[in-house]
Amino acid sequence: MTIEAWYIIITGALIAASTAILGSFLVLRKMAMLGDAISHAVLPGIVVAFLLSGERDSTLLLIGAAFSGLLASLLIELLHRKARLQEDASIGVSFTWLFAMGVLLISAYTGQVDLDQECVLYGEIAYVPLDLMAFGNTYLPRPLLVAALLFLIVLLYLLFSFKGLKLMSFNPDFAQSLGIRTQVWHFTFMAMVSLTTVLAFEIVGAILIVALLVVPAATAFLWTRALIPMIVLAVFIGVLSSFGGYGLASVLKGSIAGAMVSVAGLLFFSSLLIKLLTPKKN
Amino acid sequence: MKNKDINKVPSLEVHNLAASYNRMPVLWDIDFQIPQGVLTGIVGPNGSGKTTLLRNIMGLMKADSGYVKIFGEDLNKVRERVSYVPQRESVDWTFPASVREVVEMGRYRNANLMRRLSKTDKEKVNIALEKVGMLEYANRQISQLSGGQQQRVFLARSLAQDADLYLMDEPFVGVDAATEEAILEVLSELRNEGKTVVIVHHDLQTAYQYFNWIILLNTRLVAAGPKEEVFLQENLREAYGGRLTILSKLSNLIAKSEFPVREKGFKETEGSGDGQS
Ligand SMILES: Nc1ncnc2c1ncn2[C@@H]1O[C@H](COP(=O)(O)OP(=O)(O)OP(=O)(O)O)[C@@H](O)[C@H]1O
Ligand SMILES: [Mg+2]
Repeated sequence: MTIEAWYIIITGALIAASTAILGSFLVLRKMAMLGDAISHAVLPGIVVAFLLSGERDSTLLLIGAAFSGLLASLLIELLHRKARLQEDASIGVSFTWLFAMGVLLISAYTGQVDLDQECVLYGEIAYVPLDLMAFGNTYLPRPLLVAALLFLIVLLYLLFSFKGLKLMSFNPDFAQSLGIRTQVWHFTFMAMVSLTTVLAFEIVGAILIVALLVVPAATAFLWTRALIPMIVLAVFIGVLSSFGGYGLASVLKGSIAGAMVSVAGLLFFSSLLIKLLTPKKN
Repeated sequence: MKNKDINKVPSLEVHNLAASYNRMPVLWDIDFQIPQGVLTGIVGPNGSGKTTLLRNIMGLMKADSGYVKIFGEDLNKVRERVSYVPQRESVDWTFPASVREVVEMGRYRNANLMRRLSKTDKEKVNIALEKVGMLEYANRQISQLSGGQQQRVFLARSLAQDADLYLMDEPFVGVDAATEEAILEVLSELRNEGKTVVIVHHDLQTAYQYFNWIILLNTRLVAAGPKEEVFLQENLREAYGGRLTILSKLSNLIAKSEFPVREKGFKETEGSGDGQS
């Protein structure tokens, strides 16, 4: 394999590993759709930040996107808690509205900004090796470094928040009865999901992120009923999807991101099939 | 509980409490006190607001009016002395965690949430598991437990909190007779240590046997006090309406109210209630 291929695979693997970790808790908290919502809601933030800064690789872009991700989860909470709308309806209203504004902004300013709908929706992992950053006299792809940093942050977050996340996911009422600030925990978690979504957005696009959040975690949940093994397995499945996806895409000469998610989906359905066909030992 | 004066503070006071869901009132005019060291039952028909009452006491929802004092203080000042056990169905038991992990949650605090549990914490977890007969199941995944074992796990988590006031929502639902006695024994033991136990319970007949203090609820507070004062025909009729079958059974029960109330007499079944439910 070429070094470019490795760049793409490793970037994909790091992103998929990060989303798998956070996705495990989204799945356990039955908030998978919230991941979907955030991944769509970051769009207007990205566009606005892009319009303001005029460049693609700015931290402003990240901040803008993370901000609209958080805005979405705040809006959802507000509609659900204060306006007493059902949770799924709150999610549906918030993210489609934010996403629509993003689409509107992009289409209105297409002439001015170099940000086409294709790459917003489907990502551009294939261009990872082209976006190089200098380190003395070695050059490394910027997205690869960003993905590595993201993975590190998510890993540290998991390490420090593991007990809290476990408690909050299993029994939030009990957590609150212990005097634990569940709202703070909730929004920290949402901020992490937003951040991850934003970074993954560049690479796999808005539509496929939710698959990377949910599918590896859901597959792992089929195999184990212990939390740490579930997270490790989800990460493994994410990494495997990156390798498999690259392979599949080069055979079919198709979209790498699409192939990654297809492989993840394939792993899910074959797991399900195996689970259904093997008799339960009890 | 070092001196007698502290003992006189009620363990729980609820004043003028009213609560609603979507502006539909489900509790109003709730006003009662529970002394320390009693085994209390909150009794009422389905939908009478028992769960809502506990959730309000624990600050899990915002009351429309009224306030709650625990040991004469606001909940936030005495949180570590209070243990809350939610209804068993309120959590998803397919969650990937072991019995031990769930019981350990009883030792979680704001202060130690980002650190490892201490040795003392782990000891308390072991003692709690032992008390409910779940020590040998400690490493089992909670998805593989029976309903009765799930209740024991919740009870163990509560015991691990080492509180002075226990609020439990329907801990007897879905358990067999042996487990029911085992749980009751643990609760009586707590009471004998001077702790206060408040149980939401829907079975009127056993309520009279099990508890020495009863709160009869049906959206409004019907009656609260020592069970002999609360279990009167008119109160029960008010709480349960015209469901005569229940009432006639109960009048039999009350007529026989001299029958020995089992309070400490559960030692005789010791050990038999464990395990294979
Ligand atoms: N989340 C909710 N949203 C709207 N209404 C609710 C909600 N939870 C409870 N209620 C309503 O509030 C009333 C009191 O419910 P609650 O759960 O407190 O009763 P309960 O006495 O615990 O009943 P059960 O014996 O069935 O557990 C019921 O009429 C119920 O329909
Ligand atoms: Mg209830």
